[in-house]
Amino acid sequence: MKDKIAEKLLLFIALSAILSLLLITFFIFQQGIPLIFKAGLGNFFALKWAPTRGGFGILSMIVGSLMVTIGALAVGIPFGLAGAIFLAEFSSKTIQKTLKPIIELLAGIPSVVYGFIGIVILVPFIRETFGGPGFSVLAASVILGIMILPTIVSISYDALLAVPNTYREGSYALGATKWQTIVMVLLHAARSGIVAGIILGMGRAIGETMAVIMIAGNALKIPGSILDSVRTLTSTIALELGYAAGDHRAALFACGSILFLIIIVLNIIAIRITSRK
Amino acid sequence: MEENPGIVINVQGGGSTAGIQATLNRTCDIGSSSRNLKPEERGLKVILIALDGIAVILHKSSPIDDLTVEQVRGMFSGKIRSWKDLDGQNKAVIPVTREEGSGTRASFEDMIMGEEDISDACLVQDSNGAVREIIATTPQGVGYISVGLVDDREKAVAIGGVEPSLANLITEKYRFSRPFLLLLREEPTGNAKRFIEYVLSPEGQELLGQSGLIPANQVVVD
Repeated sequence: MKDKIAEKLLLFIALSAILSLLLITFFIFQQGIPLIFKAGLGNFFALKWAPTRGGFGILSMIVGSLMVTIGALAVGIPFGLAGAIFLAEFSSKTIQKTLKPIIELLAGIPSVVYGFIGIVILVPFIRETFGGPGFSVLAASVILGIMILPTIVSISYDALLAVPNTYREGSYALGATKWQTIVMVLLHAARSGIVAGIILGMGRAIGETMAVIMIAGNALKIPGSILDSVRTLTSTIALELGYAAGDHRAALFACGSILFLIIIVLNIIAIRITSRK
Repeated sequence: MEENPGIVINVQGGGSTAGIQATLNRTCDIGSSSRNLKPEERGLKVILIALDGIAVILHKSSPIDDLTVEQVRGMFSGKIRSWKDLDGQNKAVIPVTREEGSGTRASFEDMIMGEEDISDACLVQDSNGAVREIIATTPQGVGYISVGLVDDREKAVAIGGVEPSLANLITEKYRFSRPFLLLLREEPTGNAKRFIEYVLSPEGQELLGQSGLIPANQVVVD
């Protein structure tokens, strides 16, 4: 009897999590989608964003989000993968036990702290070294690249560890060096885990808001170089929701809907890749 | 609140348009707005409680102390891209504006930009403080914030030769200020009346002055 009650209770709790997800999804789309049709797809995926005067184009923000995400991956993948390979293949158990928790601790630092470090150190450095306003695609990419490191490192590390030792032994037996073994055997065998880690990191980068608002400058113009300022979908929502009313508010929910779709697609891809073993 | 325990005032944000609409459709007793009413919003009783000057700010190191309206407009519309024409330095102008929907931005557009749009190339921040932070640390920056919030890390320039000083604001010689209004449908009664009396009392006005505004009781209209 007690088992039954516990089971039903847990089922209810599990369902309520799903229910809240459904409610959030429904609410975002119900608030946002009507505006997309009201403005027309042509005007929605256009350049002019002036929502208080009838301009609902979010193209520059989609481009902005993509640029910043690609930039974050360009920083995060090499460092993350290198870190994972070092941890899994070149370091002793003691080093692994010390370094991995430290890297994972990076994920626990609030994004506003990353943004603050960006403003105080990175932005002035970029402005003085490379020119431009400093608030730029480059600054956002570097900070986001660091923010997605823990995701990429830990998932890739687990994937590398999961490669059976027989693969390594077989490769050495064939005369391969350690480096050849890593590049030709291990990275291939761990591919699905590594890709999943990268996609999850990508999801984090595209959804990050606070740090990006603080260091990207948020200019609406599509950046001409990585030293120019950039506006993402998330920063538009967070910047403007405070005073938005009517169609402007609906347009921000429409931004949210698009962002939601992008992140769902990324997650589905990640799940597909990891389950294909 | 300390002097009138027991009175509950629900404060709702949303910007001036929301405040005006809420008063018109009777969702609130007292509305507030940081801009004058538009013709289609007339019919409400309007009480001026304070003025808020808008200052154009530059980095402390800038040699410029005075700009014309046209120069400020040009920097924000993207027509003036280099400081070369202003102070001789061959560096890009970095204008910082407020986000779409902000009351400060709306007032700036009305008073300075006129028919021209603020350029998409401007950096955008969502508070006076964030704009000030960028200007304080960016030698090529130009921005606009409430006069009361200007501190010694940046400088407020004169516009057309008139400085945004207290004296110039209360005589309305410095024209770039916006009204802070309370809105009512009819003559106030009860607690609404007491609230308005408090805001307009010397004590209430002093509080407004402390937060960097020009209290209405100091404004000299000639």
